[in-house]
Amino acid sequence: MLRFCRWKGQPVTLTATDLACARGGIPILEGVSFGVPDGRALILRGPNGIGKTTLLRCLVGLQPLLRGHVAPGPDACAYASHADAVKTALSVAENLRFWSEIYGAGGIDAALQAMDLTALSTRPAAQLSAGQTRRLGLARLLLTGRPIWVLDEPTVALDRASVALFAKAVLDHCAAGGSAVIATHIDLGLEAETLDLSAYRARELGAGDFDEAFL
Amino acid sequence: MTALFLRDLILSVRAGGGFGLALAFFLIVTVLVPFGVGPESATLALIAPGILWLGALLACLLSLDRIFALDYDDGTLAVLATAPVPMEGIVVVKAAAHWITTGLPLVIAAPVFAILLSLPPAQFGWLILSLGLGTPALSMIGAFGAALTVGIKRGGLLLSLLVLPLYVPTLIFGAEVVTRAGSGENAGTALAFLAGITAGSLALLPFAAAAAIRVNLR
Repeated sequence: MLRFCRWKGQPVTLTATDLACARGGIPILEGVSFGVPDGRALILRGPNGIGKTTLLRCLVGLQPLLRGHVAPGPDACAYASHADAVKTALSVAENLRFWSEIYGAGGIDAALQAMDLTALSTRPAAQLSAGQTRRLGLARLLLTGRPIWVLDEPTVALDRASVALFAKAVLDHCAAGGSAVIATHIDLGLEAETLDLSAYRARELGAGDFDEAFL
Repeated sequence: MTALFLRDLILSVRAGGGFGLALAFFLIVTVLVPFGVGPESATLALIAPGILWLGALLACLLSLDRIFALDYDDGTLAVLATAPVPMEGIVVVKAAAHWITTGLPLVIAAPVFAILLSLPPAQFGWLILSLGLGTPALSMIGAFGAALTVGIKRGGLLLSLLVLPLYVPTLIFGAEVVTRAGSGENAGTALAFLAGITAGSLALLPFAAAAAIRVNLR
């Protein structure tokens, strides 16, 4: 029954061990460890500025880790940030076809359908609403063929029906053997573990610590 | 890679893409020069190689900041950095697309503009040859500058300040080819230097630019 989306033939478990991340040179998270087995999703929570985005950017290799180890590497991750990576001068279908060729995926029809964009496919992306643009940005994930989705606030600008649509896409991805790490503030209605990053706030480098290095 | 190349070409001819902008700028520069310098053919023919090369260089500069800035702003560059394509390849492809949309039209149109500056027809071939060999270097060096300034708001001016000094060798040897050909001297040496600069920048700068983008994406 399970259709494993295999990555080099094996189901993938995302393992993060003792991660420390910095933003703008200032350490903000330390000691973060978690595992996401295939077929599961992990929801990251925490107040603004705690380092959710920074952690996700570290997972996909856009930013170096201060310490720690992530397996498998960034090549297994598909990343969706706050920005949608949508070209407004291209149509919806042209946008998706471009990403499909970059990722070497097949057709774009399934992705269009999953995000309810089929009726909009010839529309220039510039004319889409904020929610529709977001859906187009998320449809790209379905083309990546990568087992681990790393999503940063994916539901911003989405209405309730679109959130349900997106949750279903995540469920389908997990059912096919994939996994997801999602930073969000809302309830997606997914059965998923939650990791609150507040517990991992980096100890601030006090004046005492700083002096020690010179004494 | 091909998809990225084609997408950049399509984007450049769509609304707001700026295709033809460089050509129009080049035309205006060459039309304005006789107004400032005077219409004497002898004077114009003397300065024509320099003016044509300077015009091509400035026209190239116009669209440089678009190479990476637009993709950075809408998040495409970050996604491309995590996609299964090497960043060095992205740089080369985007520089190539920039050359096709700005450099190549300049090379093709240069003889027409040369007429406006009374350049002797015997030098047209050398002009096309030198621009054809030199403008890829302009695009590649420009892509490196654009990579350095990506992520900086209103980085266009800084980009010009960074890139223009790097254009000096290309400008010197490019204009020298046409001038020497006009005075009957051997243009081969200058042409070889020009080709060398282009080959060197094509070989080295993609790696430097890719490293700069990776740092700027952090």
